[in-house]
Amino acid sequence: MAAVLTRDIVKKFGEVPAVNGISLNIPDGEFMVLLGPSGCGKTTYLRIICGLEQQTSGDLLIGGNIVNELPPRARGVAMMFQSYGLYPHYTVRNNIAFPLKTQRVPRVEIDKKVEWASQLLGIKRLLDRKPRELSGGERQRVALARALVREPTALLLDEPLSNLDAKLRASARLEIKAFQQRVGLTTIYVTHDQVEAMGMGDRIAVIDGGRVRQVGTPTEIYDDPADRFVATFVGTPPMNILDQNGGAVGFRPENFLPKDMMEDQSFAEFNFRVDRSEYLGSERIVYGVVEGFDPKQIVTAKLPPAHVDEASIRPGEWHPFAVRNAALRYFDADGNRASRH
Amino acid sequence: MVAIADSVPKPISRFRFILDRRDVLGALFVAPAILYVLLLVGVPFLMAIYYSLSAYTIYNPEWTFVGLSNFVDILENPVFKTTLYNTFIFTFGSQMLGLVLGKFGALLLLRPFPGRKIVRALIILPWAVPVALATVAWQWMFDSLYSVINWTLIAAGLIDRANAPNWLGNPDLAMLSIIVVNGWRFFPFAIVIFLAGITAVPQDVIDAATVDGAGFWRRNYQIILPMILPIMTIGLVFGIVFTFTDLSIVFLMTNGGPVGATSVLGFAGFQTGIVSGDVSHGAAISLFMLPVLLVIVVVMLRFIRRREI
Repeated sequence: MAAVLTRDIVKKFGEVPAVNGISLNIPDGEFMVLLGPSGCGKTTYLRIICGLEQQTSGDLLIGGNIVNELPPRARGVAMMFQSYGLYPHYTVRNNIAFPLKTQRVPRVEIDKKVEWASQLLGIKRLLDRKPRELSGGERQRVALARALVREPTALLLDEPLSNLDAKLRASARLEIKAFQQRVGLTTIYVTHDQVEAMGMGDRIAVIDGGRVRQVGTPTEIYDDPADRFVATFVGTPPMNILDQNGGAVGFRPENFLPKDMMEDQSFAEFNFRVDRSEYLGSERIVYGVVEGFDPKQIVTAKLPPAHVDEASIRPGEWHPFAVRNAALRYFDADGNRASRH
Repeated sequence: MVAIADSVPKPISRFRFILDRRDVLGALFVAPAILYVLLLVGVPFLMAIYYSLSAYTIYNPEWTFVGLSNFVDILENPVFKTTLYNTFIFTFGSQMLGLVLGKFGALLLLRPFPGRKIVRALIILPWAVPVALATVAWQWMFDSLYSVINWTLIAAGLIDRANAPNWLGNPDLAMLSIIVVNGWRFFPFAIVIFLAGITAVPQDVIDAATVDGAGFWRRNYQIILPMILPIMTIGLVFGIVFTFTDLSIVFLMTNGGPVGATSVLGFAGFQTGIVSGDVSHGAAISLFMLPVLLVIVVVMLRFIRRREI
């Protein structure tokens, strides 16, 4: 168990910087999520921490020691890959035992540790099977057992849920998080799925174009985005951002409500012409255009169906909508968060 | 509503779209290959059986049924036993050599380096060059007087002129020589097979092995090699079948000598049946290869199926 610290990590492939100066401090035991779109550099950065790639410049410290030159096995980290990377010709038992065999751990020790790891992940009955005989969820647990059997300094996960179907993903999310909390292992988790990030992370680092846009708790990322990218990347439907006076103002769809739902608070009014309405059961998404702003800009409102009658929000008509002032977010011309003026 | 069809619609001719039907098209495409196999392999095979069961020679060209006595004759012949033994040594030796060279060659060609494309094209040459051309070149390399191998060894001070190996004149060295030539011919094919297999191993598995602490040797021999075993075995099946039945290298370089030390089944069959004119025994020798190869191929294919990943 150790803290992971990176200082200004840069990785260039030829002239192109895939990772463009990332400095992160991940304390011991934290579940840190690296969130970003495809190609933003998060996987490359994770592989650098693991030791599968060598950074062009910058320092990496694990447990307070600089590990720039060390191979993966010397760093003590364990990694779980997107397609698990299980050895297809080995049984589950031998898959889990492999990292111990390479360290020349005595046979008796190996057997004990394999027992422990398989017990921890509930896969004891699968020990004599081959990977091709396992389901997706079972393979994932074997991959996790193999990662943990070495008692690593940190656990690195590269989009481990993307190969699972939606239903399994939700339960796997809970399992991984509960598991991490129980074991207290420093974990770095890469994903492009913001639902996973928000649900699992102690802190989230939003990454784009090889740089960290913002690091913070899920609440901070959601309520206090540092720039337009973070604001629109997290949250479905994404935050509405309307350009005005060289900058922009943004508000989340769930804060954009009919005026008569506002209680005595200070709010900003908008005249909203509804074009389309989608009923999703637990909520209603309404799309339209706000008066006074670019008519090509589509604005979204997320309405709780319990409080909003379908008849009152008819398409084609203008309705008075409002946003609480406290829910408005302002951005400057560069896209960074600005205060009101 | 007006009726859609006032008259009975005319059926489309069955033959207009006949080439769209997969079963018809498939049969049409496969037909030439099947015809080829039947005419150029099947008919000679049947003829071989026909002759092997007779006492047919070119001096006595009459077909008289003799049952399996030809096979009994050759099995009792000690020269044949030597031939059989030679064939196994030749096949095993050249395949092993080809595999080892092929594995190293594939590893070398995996990573990009300047000129890799040219090397990849050139490395096919041993396999692609006509066997006669290659064998004559090697023959000169092994020549008792003009061998460039001996010349190099002498120049390096490792041997002197008097003790220079007589590659084609010494029975053991002659076998080694034909093994070298056949291994050299086979190794580009092995490289292609290995490259195909190695590049099919998912990068995640190799990365996982690296993270798990496996160094170069352990990664290659405990992880990658077992995963490419099926494709390697297929390549080996091809190699074994071609080598076991090969007569060209022996015919061109050693002519079965010295004293039958390099006589292999294919060559012996040709020598007996065509050169010496004893068609019936020649056919029997040639046919002998079939059950042996069949057993080998079946065993190897079974092995692959059990290890299927």
